[in-house]
Amino acid sequence: MNIVVCIKQVPDSAAKVMVENGQVTWGDAPLVMNPWDEYAVEAALLLQEEQGGDVTVLSVGGGDVDEALKIGLAMGCNNAILVTDPALERADSQATARVLAAAIQKIGDVQLVFCGKQAIDGDMGVTAAQTARVLGWPILSLASSIKMEEPLIRVERTVEEGRQVVEGNLPAVVSVVKDIAEPRYPSFMGIRKASRATIPVWTLEDLGLEAPTFHVSWPELNNPPVQEVTNEIITGDSPDDVANALADKILGEKVL
Amino acid sequence: MSNKVLVYIDHFHGEVLPISWESLGVGRKLADELGGDVAVVIGGQDVKDAANQAFHYGADQVYYADDSSLVDYRPEPFASLVSQIAREDAPDVLLFPTTTRGRELAGMCAIDLNSGVLPDVTALEVQDGKLTATRPVYAGKLIATVVCDSTPQIITTRGRAFDKPELDASRTGEPTQVDAPLPADDIQTQVIEYSEEEGGVSLNDAAVIVSGGRGVSSNPNLTPPEDLDEKGAEIWRAQQGFKLVGDLATVLGAAVGASRAAVDAGYIPYDQQVGQTGRVVSPDLYIACGISGAIQHLAGMRTSKVIVAINKDPDAPIFKLARYGVVGDLFQILPPLTEAFRSRLDK
Repeated sequence: MNIVVCIKQVPDSAAKVMVENGQVTWGDAPLVMNPWDEYAVEAALLLQEEQGGDVTVLSVGGGDVDEALKIGLAMGCNNAILVTDPALERADSQATARVLAAAIQKIGDVQLVFCGKQAIDGDMGVTAAQTARVLGWPILSLASSIKMEEPLIRVERTVEEGRQVVEGNLPAVVSVVKDIAEPRYPSFMGIRKASRATIPVWTLEDLGLEAPTFHVSWPELNNPPVQEVTNEIITGDSPDDVANALADKILGEKVL
Repeated sequence: MSNKVLVYIDHFHGEVLPISWESLGVGRKLADELGGDVAVVIGGQDVKDAANQAFHYGADQVYYADDSSLVDYRPEPFASLVSQIAREDAPDVLLFPTTTRGRELAGMCAIDLNSGVLPDVTALEVQDGKLTATRPVYAGKLIATVVCDSTPQIITTRGRAFDKPELDASRTGEPTQVDAPLPADDIQTQVIEYSEEEGGVSLNDAAVIVSGGRGVSSNPNLTPPEDLDEKGAEIWRAQQGFKLVGDLATVLGAAVGASRAAVDAGYIPYDQQVGQTGRVVSPDLYIACGISGAIQHLAGMRTSKVIVAINKDPDAPIFKLARYGVVGDLFQILPPLTEAFRSRLDK
């Protein structure tokens, strides 16, 4: 059972992200593996422990995505691959999905692809479904638990109305949510191994792809409008007084 | 007139999600501005009622596929259905509601139709016949203006960001039945079972949310059962705290939310998490109980209309966003607050 985990490198979720002089900045916050993707790595490693095979972490991005891929290696993934190409700067989700799909085909003999639910920078949440569509493989999205029942995969999905159990044929693409399992910390040995690893870099030419046409452009990125809030602290002689005063204030806002 | 806009109507076993009508409302407006008609597409089994309803909410034409292979939502046959209609109708704009289903279908149709997708849009503007969309990124820490340069321009609309159109029962029409494009045997997935969530209001379309944070576990006056270990006792305490949060939510008809700290500590399931790695919400009223306000939580709820914070720590960052704050113990404030609403709202 060979598994590929698609990951993205993003600023840490605690970062104060803002636009300064037209540039996105996040202070001195570290670049990390997209938190959702850590769950995908964990799901892959758990399945590997049960089924054997190789786990490969795969990312499309600038040359500095090494850090997130090395976290994947340190967690226990066998291989890491970076696809980078000047023609992919400002790639949209479709271009990214086509590149991921081509890389998965090139890796070869892959039965499962794991993705996180979405990346916390662009908040697109479509890469897993788009990659599956390009590959022509079924997508089992938002999985909260996974079980192999060869030749099928069975997942429990979390959707608006409740939980749904779905079976799919392999090969398949699975996106996972947080319920799947707590991601493991990289081991000391893993970190040492990862720090010495040389990560193979593939270009569009290596994948046999032409420079893609992008369908989405981002003319502007701004800080959100400043919210003017008048803070009012409610006080009173007893909790009952405070509660009554607060209830009246809230009802006065006419939002109930 | 030609169909300028096609809207996917999301439903669960025939019951249309209100956010779908919001998307149709957007579609109606865009079609009027672009000088064309708005069509909708619905797939499922026994969905003719839903198909007829779409006329009441502004559709000019309704396509529906009624097939046993569509009885449960599955991505492949539904994406093929929408893409097939979109190929035939060639709309300028293809809209979906931002639901788990709508978002993944939008992505898949973008591949089928070789166009771009703009998920979770909060505002739309027509400029020279083309759309300019606003979408929050970094969970709302930044606001992006985005444009889809190909057609159809594929967009998913965020819930509660657009008005739901008025139902007009005098607006009717004859829906057009279409075939399900994928033969049942070609579908690679199978739905085995379903367990619906028990009661509760969904965070996604809640007008009011009451959330709890780490503070819900800190009631010193409670004695946990003796057979629990330290972690078990902490979770037991938190459950008592969340019961108070839940009581207030019930009286207000609200959904229950939680901070990442509360979810990570195992107090409440992950489905409930509000924030950058949970759900981004924007209700009319958000009551934060025992939540200090980490930046990643604030990103997920900062656009709520009225924010109320109850916290013991007067320096908690949540107070900066709060219209009303109470510096105090949630265990003392929540029970009388629930009572106060119960008597005032006559429940």
